[in-house]
Amino acid sequence: MLDIFKGYKGRAVEVLKSFKMRVWGNCTINTTRGKFEGIILPRSENDDDKHIVLKLPTGYNVGIDIDTITGMKENSFKEAHYKIPEKEFPYTPGLPKVKLLGTGGTIASRLDYRTGAVIPAFSPGELYGAVPELAEICNLDTEKVFAVFSENMGPEQYIKLAVSIGEEIKKGIDGIVIGHGTDTMHYTSAALSFMLQDLPVPVVMVGSQRSSDRPSSDAALNLMHAAYTAGNADIAEVLVCMFGPTSDEYALLHQGTRVRKMHSSYRSTFRTIGETPIASVKRGEIKPIKTDYNRRRDDKKVKVYPYFEERIAMVYYYPNMHPDMIDSLVDNGYKGIVIIGTGLGHINKPVYPAIKRAVAKGVHIYMTVQTLWGFVHMFVYDTGRDLMSMGIVPAENMLPETAYIKLGWVLGQTTDPEKVRDMMLTPIARDITEGEPYNGYLIFQGGIPEVEEFLKTFHK
Amino acid sequence: MVNKWEQNWLRTRERVKWVELKKADLQTYQDIGFKCGLEVHQQLDTEKKLFCRCPAGIYSDFDNYDAEIVRHMRPTLSELGEYDGTALMEFKTRKKIVYRIKNETACTYEFDDTPPFSINRQALEYGMEIALLLKLNIVGELHVTRKQYLDGSIPTGFQRTTILGIEGEFPISTRTIRVIQFSVEEDSCREVSDHRHTRVYYTDRLGMPLTQTVTYPDMLTPQEAAEACHYIRFVARSSGKVRTGIGAARQDVNVSVTGGTRVEIKGVSHISWIPSLTHNEAFRQRSFLEIKKELQSRSLDKSTWNISHCSLPLNKLQPRPIIDKITKSGWMLIAVNLPGFQNILSFFTQPQRTFADEIADRLKVIACLEKPNMLHSEEFCFSDKDYTDHPQLLSGEEWQLIKGLLQAKQEDAQILFWTPQEDLQTALETIQERAMWAFDGVPNETRKSLPDGTTIFERVLPGADRMYPDTDSKPIPISQEFVEEVLDKMPLYVYERMEQLAAWGVPRDAHTYILRNNLMPDIEHISAEHDIDPKKTALLFAHNIKSLHGDGPLPVKPDKISDLITFVKSRKLTFDIVYEMLPYLADDPKIQFSSVLDLIGYEKHNREDILKEIPLLHKMYQSFKTKSANQPFSECNWIMGQLRKLALGNMPLREVEEKVLAEITKEK
Repeated sequence: MLDIFKGYKGRAVEVLKSFKMRVWGNCTINTTRGKFEGIILPRSENDDDKHIVLKLPTGYNVGIDIDTITGMKENSFKEAHYKIPEKEFPYTPGLPKVKLLGTGGTIASRLDYRTGAVIPAFSPGELYGAVPELAEICNLDTEKVFAVFSENMGPEQYIKLAVSIGEEIKKGIDGIVIGHGTDTMHYTSAALSFMLQDLPVPVVMVGSQRSSDRPSSDAALNLMHAAYTAGNADIAEVLVCMFGPTSDEYALLHQGTRVRKMHSSYRSTFRTIGETPIASVKRGEIKPIKTDYNRRRDDKKVKVYPYFEERIAMVYYYPNMHPDMIDSLVDNGYKGIVIIGTGLGHINKPVYPAIKRAVAKGVHIYMTVQTLWGFVHMFVYDTGRDLMSMGIVPAENMLPETAYIKLGWVLGQTTDPEKVRDMMLTPIARDITEGEPYNGYLIFQGGIPEVEEFLKTFHK
Repeated sequence: MVNKWEQNWLRTRERVKWVELKKADLQTYQDIGFKCGLEVHQQLDTEKKLFCRCPAGIYSDFDNYDAEIVRHMRPTLSELGEYDGTALMEFKTRKKIVYRIKNETACTYEFDDTPPFSINRQALEYGMEIALLLKLNIVGELHVTRKQYLDGSIPTGFQRTTILGIEGEFPISTRTIRVIQFSVEEDSCREVSDHRHTRVYYTDRLGMPLTQTVTYPDMLTPQEAAEACHYIRFVARSSGKVRTGIGAARQDVNVSVTGGTRVEIKGVSHISWIPSLTHNEAFRQRSFLEIKKELQSRSLDKSTWNISHCSLPLNKLQPRPIIDKITKSGWMLIAVNLPGFQNILSFFTQPQRTFADEIADRLKVIACLEKPNMLHSEEFCFSDKDYTDHPQLLSGEEWQLIKGLLQAKQEDAQILFWTPQEDLQTALETIQERAMWAFDGVPNETRKSLPDGTTIFERVLPGADRMYPDTDSKPIPISQEFVEEVLDKMPLYVYERMEQLAAWGVPRDAHTYILRNNLMPDIEHISAEHDIDPKKTALLFAHNIKSLHGDGPLPVKPDKISDLITFVKSRKLTFDIVYEMLPYLADDPKIQFSSVLDLIGYEKHNREDILKEIPLLHKMYQSFKTKSANQPFSECNWIMGQLRKLALGNMPLREVEEKVLAEITKEK
């Protein structure tokens, strides 16, 4: 059935029906609070059933309380059709060939002012319309691999993406850009870092913290930075490319296994933890920060390991945690657990029996730290030694999310405890480092004079 | 001596039938088809900002900041895949926007690194009261809408705004003015500077709750526009919940004339500026209509009309400071030919302004070329104006040389401007675009007001196509209970207050002061409490207190006045002394009343002691050698002068005066 009451429900639909009204109708509504004229807009399904949304001729939206309505009359009707006119993405000889793979996040979009809807732009032509500068950076091709929200990304998508990238590389491409929602971008970047090894070209993940429908969005600049990196960087790694400072200045290229989303809303939310980023990028310029990264090659070869065991879990330890937290995972058939412990990697004694039981049942347990920065050191205190003797393996300085992804990836290939341990503790893409550099841990504290001076001098 | 181009300017001014504001009458505006609408902005006096919890109303010096953030604004595509005119222009300017942030007045919301917190309820309540006072149709549910601004004045690139009511009306002396809508929105940043490609803003004002009242273009003279604006201001003030002081109230004024188009004059900070601004804008539009006619009469073909340009070697011109400057900065000197445009560049547009200024203004705004940015073949210095900062005019020979290089014809006009390479294209497009507009009449634009009553180009007028819902906010129902709650506490309508003032016999000239300062409740209260004629209380404010400060904030708070009257009564002093004491209270609000009495030298005297002086003074006056022609009058004045200090506070001065006059006239 044609839904002419888009989003309306309950009493609001009854009122619309009783006056023979429909969405998109340009109408006059008489109410006890006076007369209103405008176009009836669809209503968000989560909103109540007591109001009707009207777009006034001045462009503003208002809601009309259905209990105040005394009469409604449709004056004209024009249904809105969402369609973005495409412009052909121009081909420029000499520019690198870049493939953009879409996962469902909105990279670029445009507004429908009549309805206020945000329409995503994705095809090369649409993107060219929204970010024409891309044509000066690369020859772009796009493909929507799947369409899921960032929070719904999982093993199935990691594998699909890794395989698609492998195919693109074999066909010959100068770089890959992956558009991705930011919430779980660092999980996906870790997964791709393990699944795609010996990359010959950059694989650059990018998203935006401010939606692309707003003039101050970081989306366009992020996309330009990512496209430039994919096409030109000598860094054949899985990278996350997002704002360095919150200012529109440059992006940082983070190692896919060492990056984390650190703020719920800042543009500069992605930070490399326990290391420095690999490089920074501005349009037309990549400045390396590190030198020991894999270099670009032109052999179109890449090793793809598209494996993942889904029955693994992360447990964030808290004081007074009861053993049944672990027991229930074991009883439900989980094969691997990453514990995020306190301090150097600790949990409390009452959980010990559950750990023993889990290990005895063949569950692989790895320890990471809540502090995010620093290594797991389980030799320092008795607690740590006890835990190790029970079979918990310290995961060095792997980030919890990275350890989780890696354990899933490893268990997808073997369940032999020794092999698992060996693979887990052998660094693949800087997921474990030999040590932490002096500038790997920097959380500046506001209010301290020298920090304030820094903030005043440089754009944050 | 008046130069030939100034003569053209004077001639065209006559052609436009320009008259001074004070010489214009109703007929002038009827002939021109003057129409004016208002968008009145008023800050609400809330403790916090509209969408975050930062304090409202705290301002810092521009140089006192903790950090800066850089942003750029990108236009977003509209439904048809076209960019909004304004959006395109702003993007052309390629501005780097710098925001200055001070911890006390801004959080991550201000610089768009955090979504909005829920809307400030206090602001909604305050706004609702004003909406009801304007007799608007109140909406059933608030929807926060984003209104795009690409000039950078708001870091998100849009203003969050919400409509509280639509379709109201209010009376002015000549007609009823209709209101389109009333909204509460977040205030924008304060501009620190705008130089070349960098614009700097301060974020302290950003996000403060601001109301916007939009009227239909119902005002048909500049005076009506000012009166309507006063009325809207009075309504806001009557709620007692709005901020006052510099920048707390501003308005945008829309003007159009028959055959013209809507032009918006932004940021008018004084209502007294409205008449001259709108008057001049009407004639500016009329001058473009005359230019259009003139170009038509020259049978120029718009479809093929194009400027041509060439780069001018710097050594071709006589050495002069501007050439040195261009050489030093590595800029280029560009000569432009405007075919068939002779006598257009020096065409009158506004007092002391020519059509060439329209181009220069746009070069500044769109191509980011700071003024002075050009010279032209019809350049002249107004004979009554100071030109110290203007680049030296070129000689006739120099223009001949330029015309030669451009292969210009006699009927053409030329512009000479200077630019760095990267702005050349935009500058040329800007000149072409503005010149093309001359064929069509009046371009749609927003203009910035100047204190002299003229305006300069600010940006292309944005279309309605820049609104979309704020996906970060939920709709807020406006219940009947909420509306009734606000109605219960609401003061009288402004027109009712005006009727009340008239009924009390308060002269009309005193109304503005009383309504502007929202003194009605105080006048009523003081009059009732002390049993004083309301007219007397009204005039105490509108004449006596007004004379102490002019336009600033009230120097003596109404509560203090009431205390003063109580004090005067308790000391059994006469009311006259209140007027004498006021200036001291204005100077030092903390001073004790008894100290003021000492300062004015009050001494207690009884009635008999004062009255017995009259015959003595009369006698003394009689003994003076020189006397005025108007003798009884000047004698009375003289005696009152002598007695004033003695009588003040002890006996009503009017009564003393009556006694004096009786004494003087007794003998006749």
